Amino acid sequence: MSAPTKDDGTPVTPVVNAVGENKTSRTKKFWFYGVLLFFAILYVYPFVIQLVSSFKTNPDATNNALSLLPEPVTINAWEVLFSSDYPTWFTNSIIVTLFVTVGRVFFCALAGYALARLKFRGRAALFTGLIAILAVPGIVLLIPKFLMLNYVGIYNTYPALIVPIMIDAAGIFIMKQFFESIPESVEEAARIDGASTFRTFWSVVLPMAKPALITLTILSFQGSWNELGHFIIATNDPNLYTLTRGVAGFTTGGLGAGNQYPVAMAAALLMTIPTAIVFIVFQRYFTQGANAGAEKG
Amino acid sequence: MKSRDPQRQEGAGWLFVTPAIIVLGLFLIAPIGMALWVSLSDWTGRGSPISTDVNFVGTENYSALLAEPGLARQDLMISFRNTFYYVVGVVPLQTVLALSLAVLVNGRFLRGRTFFRTAFYFPSVVSSVAISLLFLFLFAGSGAINNVLAWFGVNGPNWFQDSRGLIHIFGDSIGIWSISDPPSWLTDPSVMGMSFWQWSAGPSVALSAIMMQVIWTTAGTFMLMFLAALQDLPLDVEEAAIVDGASKWQRFMNVTVPHLRPTILLVVTLGFIGTWQVFDQMYVMTQGGPAKTTLTPAYLSYQAAFTNGNWGQGAAIAFILFALIFILTTVQRWLMRDKYEWAQKKADRRLRRQQRRQHRETVNELQRKAQSS
Repeated sequence: MSAPTKDDGTPVTPVVNAVGENKTSRTKKFWFYGVLLFFAILYVYPFVIQLVSSFKTNPDATNNALSLLPEPVTINAWEVLFSSDYPTWFTNSIIVTLFVTVGRVFFCALAGYALARLKFRGRAALFTGLIAILAVPGIVLLIPKFLMLNYVGIYNTYPALIVPIMIDAAGIFIMKQFFESIPESVEEAARIDGASTFRTFWSVVLPMAKPALITLTILSFQGSWNELGHFIIATNDPNLYTLTRGVAGFTTGGLGAGNQYPVAMAAALLMTIPTAIVFIVFQRYFTQGANAGAEKG
Repeated sequence: MKSRDPQRQEGAGWLFVTPAIIVLGLFLIAPIGMALWVSLSDWTGRGSPISTDVNFVGTENYSALLAEPGLARQDLMISFRNTFYYVVGVVPLQTVLALSLAVLVNGRFLRGRTFFRTAFYFPSVVSSVAISLLFLFLFAGSGAINNVLAWFGVNGPNWFQDSRGLIHIFGDSIGIWSISDPPSWLTDPSVMGMSFWQWSAGPSVALSAIMMQVIWTTAGTFMLMFLAALQDLPLDVEEAAIVDGASKWQRFMNVTVPHLRPTILLVVTLGFIGTWQVFDQMYVMTQGGPAKTTLTPAYLSYQAAFTNGNWGQGAAIAFILFALIFILTTVQRWLMRDKYEWAQKKADRRLRRQQRRQHRETVNELQRKAQSS
């Protein structure tokens, strides 16, 4: 991949570039967009197949996987899906996600603010503890969490699904980092006016923290909507299954004999739609979220 | 007086962190202690693990997994082998793919920039369960992938039923060995209860499909991190390189990549931590099969405890995995440490030590003076 300017002896390279709007640069552009298009197809086409296949019959989906025209078009898969437990799972997912997200945003902001701004004995030690917790890989906690849920006696209840994932160290960390970045003067003014610490936090600091709160909301929504491991160990009652837990059972014969590809595609598609909506509406914040999550690394 | 001090907020401070302490303490720290006990006990899952019927068995669970020949150790070794190939395949490829995608969509004048970024990033916000179902379909025997392969005259495998290792297949195809009749110099010697032949299998075809899925899914997240770093790339350095007549590739290797070094380190570290924990895909797609070639420590730990009721061993595997991730990420950070940064830290430390010594000496001298006077 040597540049065309290199063999050219002229020292004023940019000029050569401008003159060189010739064949080489056009072929380069062609290749560039070619590669880009290849990746775009690689990333978009699977979702197109998913959508189309959910309107196919099972033999059609199995035999003509790539075809974009269902032959015949059928909504059978969707009917099967809605007559299964899928609606229950969907409701459970909404309940759990709602509670986890609201709880996580509020409590993480609260703790993050305390660690960033309030002066109290033991703060430094708590922060060290938080950093240590961040280093614990989540997957090794499955058995420990189950043991505790069982011990406390809330296994197979909604609180078991919600409370253990309601507060996470990464969320506290993100909020702490953010609160440290906003000027202290505003709070001081409020404090001098005689506002209590909570009042200052609630009506002065939180409104300023909107970008961080939105980022955390998105991370929590995405995290709890997509969570699988915790829901596997927190319940074995089908009435408490969330989407991830319920749909995961599809592959192990949850729908009776045989591969029901159209139903599986419909199930996967429908559980993706809420994520897609949130993603499109808050796209800007997703970028920040990804990088906020990175800082903890 | 103390409570009126506006600078101190003891009560409010502790009150604000109490919910976090309770939840993290009750569902994170305490459970770790409880699991540590279970990993040293013979609890079978009945009743409370903290009761008089449960016996302390010392390190029995750990030695069954690491020291004594038997099924437990063999399964753990198989899961280590699988995950090793998985990590070695996924981490570099997802890093390179993420960086390539970031460079592709970084152009300021690129048409449809937002569309491409969205398309590449979207899979990483979708549930792993949904993606797994999709890939089970794409990689099915008569699925989309095999249809595409057929265009090139390739007869695609039955991906998720194929337990042959890639290295074995490669060796077979160039005639070093035959998969159906492996040479005895590889099958005879064994380490930790597994023959060289088994150790050297490479990722199975089934595991490779999962690897491709994970690379495809996670590259988007890391692409965003690279994009953020690329946007901070100082323009003047780039311009200077252009004036110097450096080619695009030279500029990329000598200007861009060094600038991205911290981000690469971050992406590789996060990749390591993530890949060693792989669980969801195994739970949804393969349950460890075919022939245990997609068994991973995380899934094995789950299976031992929840399926087979061997809680002690399940918990022990979790702790072994924890230790392993910790050691590997520390080693990896150390290997990829920035030499310059390291030298600077060392210099800083020396300076501080010097200052401390000076300070101490001054204090000593003052004390001596005070005593003598």
